[in-house]
Amino acid sequence: MFDYNFHWRPVMKSLPDLIDAAFLTLQVAVLAMILGIVIGLGLALVRMHLRGLPRWLASSWVELARNTPALFQLFFFGFGLGAFGLHLSPYIIVLAGLTFNCAGYLAENFRGGFQAVPDTQIRAARSLGMTAWQAYSRIVIPQVFRIVYHPITNQMVWAVLMSSLGMLVGFRELSGETQFFASRTFRIFEYFAVTAVIYYVIVKLILLGSRLLAARLFRY
Amino acid sequence: MQPSLSFFSGFTPNDLWFLAEAALRTLWISALSISIGTVLGAIFGWILYEGKLTATLTLAPVLDVFRSVPLIIQLVLFYNFAPIVGLDLDPFASGVVILTIYTAALVANVARGGIEAVGLPMRRAARSLGMTYWQDLRHVVLPIGGRAVFPAWVGVALGVMKDSALVSVLGYVELLKASQILITRTQEPFLILTLAGAFYFALSYPVSRFAASLERKWAQ
Repeated sequence: MFDYNFHWRPVMKSLPDLIDAAFLTLQVAVLAMILGIVIGLGLALVRMHLRGLPRWLASSWVELARNTPALFQLFFFGFGLGAFGLHLSPYIIVLAGLTFNCAGYLAENFRGGFQAVPDTQIRAARSLGMTAWQAYSRIVIPQVFRIVYHPITNQMVWAVLMSSLGMLVGFRELSGETQFFASRTFRIFEYFAVTAVIYYVIVKLILLGSRLLAARLFRY
Repeated sequence: MQPSLSFFSGFTPNDLWFLAEAALRTLWISALSISIGTVLGAIFGWILYEGKLTATLTLAPVLDVFRSVPLIIQLVLFYNFAPIVGLDLDPFASGVVILTIYTAALVANVARGGIEAVGLPMRRAARSLGMTYWQDLRHVVLPIGGRAVFPAWVGVALGVMKDSALVSVLGYVELLKASQILITRTQEPFLILTLAGAFYFALSYPVSRFAASLERKWAQ
């Protein structure tokens, strides 16, 4: 049945390179999440408070990000923009694709979070003499943050998993690097098995970190 | 005058047919994986709910792995693992197997949530009326719990439909792979990617809107 010899030595030899690539994966994912949170917040606010063209654009962004495959979005930033003579580096393609996707998903989470805080609280805060800014930063935002904390963690995990698509646009993050080594040594199974373990560890560390942070942040 | 020979040729109506066929393949592999995966996932969800300790210790971590490793890595890993244990699987079969397990892993959580959504008093009432365990499951838990998690299930199904694009990494020519092939030949990335994206969007957007409206209606 097992007419196959496993060779783990080449994998172990390139393990340092894989770990380096894992940090690149993490870097892209974290950057995409930071940009995604800022843009997603903007999209949610635009969709709630503005009308006309800005609202239409924000809604289009959200719906496109949520209703097309992430791989399609990466290809679009890769080949699609190439049609207009805009050739981006693989790093930028993956970062742009992930940011576009994360911002769209997070915008919906933020909108749900804002809607969960009743308007009456703002009015109550204002009638207590708070300025609009105070009411938002002290009453609304802390509650919204609590509601979207868990979805943000999930999105962070998704961002790490999604960055593996970089392999298909020639970006040498963890998956791309694995593909590179695997095709050089033909030890495809061994390499990808180790990579799967690395991804699993990264995801578990993110979830653990998020849980510890939550215990610290939401003590009361 | 003789037309000059070129590697590249424009986008022809034939190519549209090529894309349509690929789109059908996307639909076929998604429909197959989602339907089998849903049944499997519902059973897993029930085991997770009923099995308590044993299930949490065995099934839950296994399902968790499929949610913590990028789908693309799972696909490559399984495709290269199958021959090791003597299975001769083509890209389509490998894709269906992994997409099915992936769907099942996601649906299991949804299904467990659905069973939990049906309150214990209601189930005790059903049993007190003389229903057997299975009658209770079939006539009380399924309609009520199913309704509670239907929107979440639609989200999972649409996600798998979009993620089926990743089977292209094994060489299965679904919609995005076909687009890539055409782009290489016609050098018209913008047009072709727009067509492919429009297909996914036209499929996903109405369904997600429908699920959202059902959720609103049922929430009242």
